[in-house]
Amino acid sequence: MSREIAVVGTGMHPWGKWGKNFVGYGLHAAREALAEAGLEWTDVQYVAGADTIRNGYPGFIAGATFAQALGWSGARVSSSYAACASGAQAIANARAQILAGLADVALVVGADAAPKGFFAPVGGDRPDDPDWLRFRLLGATNPLYFALAARRRMALYGSTSEDFALVKVKNAKHGAANPNARYRKETSVAEVLDSPIVASPLHLMEICATSDGGAALILTSMEFARARGLNPVRIAGLSTVTPTFPKTVIDLPDFATDAAMTVAEPARPFRADLAHTAYEEAGVAPADISVAEVYDLSTALELDWMEDIGLCAPGEAESLLRAGETAIGGRIPVNPSGGLASFGEAVPAQAIAQICELTRQLTGRAESRQVPSTPTTAIAVNQGLFGHGSATILTT
Amino acid sequence: MAQKVAVEGWFSVEPAALVGTRCTACGTPYFPRNEMACRNPGCAGAKDGSELEPYTFSTRGKVWSYADARYKPPPPYVSPEPFRPYVVAAVELETEKIVVLGQVVPGVSVDDLAVGQEVELTVGTLYTDGDDDYLVWMWRPAE
Ligand SMILES: [Zn+2]
Repeated sequence: MSREIAVVGTGMHPWGKWGKNFVGYGLHAAREALAEAGLEWTDVQYVAGADTIRNGYPGFIAGATFAQALGWSGARVSSSYAACASGAQAIANARAQILAGLADVALVVGADAAPKGFFAPVGGDRPDDPDWLRFRLLGATNPLYFALAARRRMALYGSTSEDFALVKVKNAKHGAANPNARYRKETSVAEVLDSPIVASPLHLMEICATSDGGAALILTSMEFARARGLNPVRIAGLSTVTPTFPKTVIDLPDFATDAAMTVAEPARPFRADLAHTAYEEAGVAPADISVAEVYDLSTALELDWMEDIGLCAPGEAESLLRAGETAIGGRIPVNPSGGLASFGEAVPAQAIAQICELTRQLTGRAESRQVPSTPTTAIAVNQGLFGHGSATILTT
Repeated sequence: MAQKVAVEGWFSVEPAALVGTRCTACGTPYFPRNEMACRNPGCAGAKDGSELEPYTFSTRGKVWSYADARYKPPPPYVSPEPFRPYVVAAVELETEKIVVLGQVVPGVSVDDLAVGQEVELTVGTLYTDGDDDYLVWMWRPAE
């Protein structure tokens, strides 16, 4: 049995600071995805929501909130919270339903209205919560963790601040051509390096902002897509594996890594393992990839990810970047959407938005940011807090 | 003015050391302290917490990476007014092969640090709240 499912519709609400309720962004994205698929809301048998926090209410909500906004239809529902991988978990739920034969048509949707400034833990005194404690005991904000990774890269590979800034310059150029991006302005290395340092070596323009936004997909079985005469993009592999003990790379919100004193480090660290598992599932290799959406929470992190997913050997991402190979028109375009650098974080929507972008790239519908010679194989990756992450392989 | 610890049971003050736990079955040490169950999936211990005993970590290590904070973080960080930038280092302890984060003592800037540099554990004031100084573990360049 094929493990593939079809992406027949994509939808997005533009990212920005719109100051509206997140439900509206998801509704907009869902309707756009349905229209693109040529389907009605009442055709949807399964709704997979990626969760956000509705302030003032306990808990995390999503799937049923969007189902209510679209009009209660009796569709089955799930809600997923996995930090930045929430959208991928929602896709994984929909995929499992379809592959199990329990549904032919699924809507995946995520949206958020993010607060301004640093992400902060939920309020109140919660000394049992590592996310609360890392702010209290270390003052370790998300950008501080990004800066630790960036400095480590400089020490290991001789990366420079100019290299990191060049990632932003590239992604800003891509994002300038994307009507759904929040920031649509090109920039220069000098401008990036002139922006204030938030956590050295990283500057304000090298750290992704928080945004409002929404994204949605319509997923179907391959049989359903074929019956409709479609030749859709396929999700050929989707990995949401957890880390392997001992996890030896420090990540937010951790105070420490696992100790590698008694068990040797795994052959592949967490991010590389996410990608490796998806490659295996899809039966493709890094060399087959012609476009990638990776999680550029910071400029430096994009370079780490390129190596983790096997686009180049460790330490070689800068040379690809400098040669223009990761720009649209280069050998392996990375973040043609503009990435988080141009979008900012709307957490539950992000992993879904990556698949929207890659679907549009693989079907030659990315307009002025289209990767030339319409690519056939793509990968999207991200990492959330607490050991969440995902890698998704798309093929034509 | 009294001195109190900012978190109970994570470190000792005299001498300055991180205190965690260690699995008596497989030997894996944990910081922060893990009292629930050994997390090594290959460990044959009881995994009900009875296998975990207090463990004091080695106090010297090498800088894995470091960064500073130039903007005031949100609560629950307790910031002096006006805000003072501070440095955080990720330090790899050779014995335990663990990387532990900690603030670096005041007066040491990112320009004074390098990856691979030897540092040692100490205790310093994290914040002052009314009448009391609250202490936390910190890294400082090794003597
Ligand atoms: Zn054990």
